[in-house]
Amino acid sequence: MSEQSQSAGGAPNAVVIGASAGAIQALLHILPALPEDYTLPVLIVVHVPAGRRSELTALFAAKCRLPVAEGEDKEPILPGTVTFAPPDYHMLVEPGGTISLSRDEQVFFSRPSIDVLFESAADAYGPALVGVVLTGANEDGAQGLAAVAQAGGVTLVQDPASAYARAMPEAALKACRAARRMSLDGIVAALLAAGRR
Amino acid sequence: MEDEKIEDIEIRLLLEALYRRYHYDFRNYAQASIKRRLRQARDRQGVATYSALQDKLLHDPAAAAGVLRFLTVQVSDFFRDPSYFKAIRETVVPHLKTYPSLKVWIAGCSAGEELHSFAILFREEGLEDRTLFYATDINQDALEAASRGIYPLDRMKAFTENYRLAGGKASLSDYYSTGYGGAVFDKSLRDRVVFSDHSLVTDAVFSEMQLISCRNVMIYFDRDLQDRAVGLFRDSLGRGGFLGLGSKETLRFSEHVGAFSEFVREEKIYQRRQA
Ligand SMILES: C[S@@+](CC[C@H](N)C(=O)[O-])C[C@H]1O[C@@H](n2cnc3c(N)ncnc32)[C@H](O)[C@@H]1O
Repeated sequence: MSEQSQSAGGAPNAVVIGASAGAIQALLHILPALPEDYTLPVLIVVHVPAGRRSELTALFAAKCRLPVAEGEDKEPILPGTVTFAPPDYHMLVEPGGTISLSRDEQVFFSRPSIDVLFESAADAYGPALVGVVLTGANEDGAQGLAAVAQAGGVTLVQDPASAYARAMPEAALKACRAARRMSLDGIVAALLAAGRR
Repeated sequence: MEDEKIEDIEIRLLLEALYRRYHYDFRNYAQASIKRRLRQARDRQGVATYSALQDKLLHDPAAAAGVLRFLTVQVSDFFRDPSYFKAIRETVVPHLKTYPSLKVWIAGCSAGEELHSFAILFREEGLEDRTLFYATDINQDALEAASRGIYPLDRMKAFTENYRLAGGKASLSDYYSTGYGGAVFDKSLRDRVVFSDHSLVTDAVFSEMQLISCRNVMIYFDRDLQDRAVGLFRDSLGRGGFLGLGSKETLRFSEHVGAFSEFVREEKIYQRRQA
């Protein structure tokens, strides 16, 4: 009870982001804008073919002020870090604030799945979570974002009109009435406000 | 929020019930993924709550058997993460060649893809005759499938590519024939394999092994349970024995980290320390 009233309306404890087709461009807009002293952990699922994710991590590590890595099993989730789901694993948040991985079946033909990350994060963080769905050509993330909203978290969706692929943000807006439709600049501003020291 | 709390109580009670009634112990599995799995099981059983599911499973052993199998995940490949098998071949095998006889434990072998990969590798490296494999899992269906060694033909293309990347010396198709609507792997690959129902949660150590491969099994455990399993491995390994984990698993957070050294760091291959 006290836990709940504490976090409700209070500062978020984490950010989760999901993106598919066009992900790199969109994330290049967002992640390098986060400052060194950013206070939140940022957990990300990107759909790319298995085996390609490590390149992603290297790409963003070179451009970001925050440390960027692939998630490892049972690793503690730390503020001010960017963690990508590793290729061919689902990445989940455990209630104690650690990562766990799974090789469960694909969801929407994808492992990692955005829904899997978002639903587990909603469960672990409750209202103290910001969920962001970006460009993509499928429906992964819609159910997950709805779960974030239902737990009282903040939900943001890239404006489909400005997205490289509009299906994913459109599905998210449809499944999650509470979500705010935003430009990438708007999303950056919201994330900065959420994680300011 | 209130509802979710009730749900968590129900899940705890359900896992306790499964343990007491059927001796399957999922109580210390990583919460987030077991919860997801249970939700799917609940929906498939067509009941609205975990309490109702508990009622059903306590009184209907047939339904329980189905759900218990469903709770363990069975996704695997031949030569999954080819670089792991390549590292075994190039850096572990030379050590193994110095032993007159070998015991190898594939823990959480699922339907046998990893086991067959090792059997093929050991044959190609001339270690087959001196090796005894132990292939264990808690899922009966998986163990049966592993001992049959038949896999869908449509997966052979990907497995062949993995085999090649893993440093395979022949052609994967040399090891199977086509029949029963699948790829039937050569029975002789399983001549020196003991299949057994063994749980890393509740069962005891095995006799002295030179190599244990336990990949993508402990990711389903919480940290305490991982400690238990790694303790089993430590006690089952001879001095200088090897332990291979999945590509995103680590002993870094384990209470037994001191008992092992990193042998091939990037492939998560560890070696039991000498003293
Ligand atoms: C995702 S599969 C891993 C298969 C293979 N090792 C691989 O990496 O591809 C996980 C396996 O662990 C088994 N498992 C789950 N809990 C176990 C336990 N307590 N003891 C032994 N095996 C277990 C499951 O039945 C399943 O076959």
